[in-house]
Amino acid sequence: MATASKAAADSRANLPFVYRQYSAEQLREVLHKMYLIRRFEEGAEESYMRGLIHGTMHLSIGQEASAMGICMPLAEDDQITSTHRGHGHCIAKGAEVKRMFAEFFGKTTGYCKGRGGSMHIADVAKGNLGANGIVGGGIPIAVGAALSSKMMKTGKVVVSFFGDGANNEGAFHEALNMAAVWKLPVIFVCENNGYGMSTSTARSTAVKNIADRAAAYSMPGVIVNGNIFSEVAEASHKAVERARNGEGPTLIESKTYRHRGHSKSDRNRYRTKEEIEDWMSNRDPITLFESELREFGFIDDRGIEAIREAVAKEIADGIEFAKASPSPDVSETGNYVYTEQA
Amino acid sequence: MDAMVRELSYAQAIQEAMAIAMDMDERVFLMGEDIGVYGGAFQVTGDLVDRYGADRVLDTPISELGGAGVAVGAAVTGMRPIFEFQFSDFATLAMEQIVNQAAKMRFMLGGEVSVPVVMRFPAGSGTGAAAQHSQSLEAWLGHVPGLKVIQPATPYDAKGMLLAAVADPDPVMIFEHKLLYKAKGPVPEGYYTVPIGKADIRREGRDLTIVATSIMVQKALDAAATLEAEGIDVEVVDLRTIRPMDKQTVIDSVKKTSRLMCVYEAVKTLGIGAEVSAMIAESEAFDYLDAPIVRLGGAETPIPYNPELEKATVPQVPDIIAAARDLVKGVR
Repeated sequence: MATASKAAADSRANLPFVYRQYSAEQLREVLHKMYLIRRFEEGAEESYMRGLIHGTMHLSIGQEASAMGICMPLAEDDQITSTHRGHGHCIAKGAEVKRMFAEFFGKTTGYCKGRGGSMHIADVAKGNLGANGIVGGGIPIAVGAALSSKMMKTGKVVVSFFGDGANNEGAFHEALNMAAVWKLPVIFVCENNGYGMSTSTARSTAVKNIADRAAAYSMPGVIVNGNIFSEVAEASHKAVERARNGEGPTLIESKTYRHRGHSKSDRNRYRTKEEIEDWMSNRDPITLFESELREFGFIDDRGIEAIREAVAKEIADGIEFAKASPSPDVSETGNYVYTEQA
Repeated sequence: MDAMVRELSYAQAIQEAMAIAMDMDERVFLMGEDIGVYGGAFQVTGDLVDRYGADRVLDTPISELGGAGVAVGAAVTGMRPIFEFQFSDFATLAMEQIVNQAAKMRFMLGGEVSVPVVMRFPAGSGTGAAAQHSQSLEAWLGHVPGLKVIQPATPYDAKGMLLAAVADPDPVMIFEHKLLYKAKGPVPEGYYTVPIGKADIRREGRDLTIVATSIMVQKALDAAATLEAEGIDVEVVDLRTIRPMDKQTVIDSVKKTSRLMCVYEAVKTLGIGAEVSAMIAESEAFDYLDAPIVRLGGAETPIPYNPELEKATVPQVPDIIAAARDLVKGVR
């Protein structure tokens, strides 16, 4: 990505990292995407309530700055593996919401042609190797992708997103160890939203900070406020640079919060209304980023309103596209189990 | 001109196939525990690390789950890994990556990716390694759509099927019986493939079809030689692939002989013999049967350490001879 011009950069010398690193246009696009993630998930939730989407879904509302901040320094052909709470990662890596809606509606125009749904949303062309229904399932796969990058000398960097729950899976430990031993260009991003389903990290995890576990694998462990876009992006920027220079992996712990329950079955009995209310009112990542942009003169009320309107239209158009798209034929149930031989 | 044919052991044939695959395609590499300077627990990779270097003959930590996942991730992003499990029993540690990821990734993503990973599993009993290093778990993986599961029984097939597996765009699981590693047989030099999904009639006969897998193929052939002297003419079908199964070859054979016996080392219940039997019961060959189908499989126990007990746990040549005699003479 192009960086801001020198003159503009000088006038921003005392601002936080991203305001020095990126142009006003790029930063407004970040706000646009954060809104797109939020409204996409609200649209998906509403469609679920109306019976247009079946199954379940795991919403990342409240975690938008984490997805956007991590993906900010990535190039289009850099790769990610994602989680069951992966809608934000998918949009942040460049997916179109209409094809995501189509996937959620089970249509042939969806990213997985209706075979994956929310939990397996992917966009391979944009480097998203897929969300994963298995906690920690994507972490070794990301290490494998990073091994490919090193062996094929493509220069690609791979990001593996996972939640706090995954840090107690064996796959996490095995994968981090191998990535460190082989000095692979991979960044492990733990989005710690405080709860693995209902079990808090305090009750499930022996270390205070998940980033502390990086020490066991001789890699930097970085803690960021996952609700502040600039903090996340700065940490990601450093980790990407380190990975691209062949210096090996980094573990970033992005401390954040999900406003919604774990999934559609959650009765929210493990946390208080006050706790949720506090995060929504005082630490909402979009509100925080928006006020910074305003304060530093990167956007005004009209600009924000224009973004909100554009996003509302994209969401409405996306849902219409999904509704109008065809369902796969039942005769095609057996497709894609094996690679079709020419 | 025909390629020069030599006598090679099963292990040598696999090693040669891996070397040819690496010579032909720089994306091919080997991963596994102690496959480098140690040469692999069964010396299958042998000295390959000297020829191809430690980057392409990559020793992994003792991390079966993570290692399998790394192989899957490398396969999805353009490499062609061949992952060696030290013992097939250790597949239990990696089931998540094999069953949930490798087998389903193409399907879940609507055909947007392929997973061209090869996994090799030294399997079976007979080495005194007891219950956790002697199992035959191929039917576990054979139950999973998205995987291909093969069991070469000869050095010739071991080389040709491994080369077919490397060329295959989908995950191929190879179960290699440990007692076969030293078995010798004719193997041509150079590149050739033996197709996945095709059974092989190893011996033609009129009176009885024995469908066997892996090490049981040779035992069935040995039994057939004895039975021939008694006037019982056995056809031996080497199934070679358990997913996707070559149903037609088995159906045609049973229509010819009118009798079916399945012989396999894995635990008898819910195994490959059940699948072959049911497949025949559902097919037009059912009407040709002159006797009930017989299954000879492993005992319903873990594999014991004591050598006599260990032998008694899996079908042996005299067991096959006795069961065949009863079947053909109508005792059953």
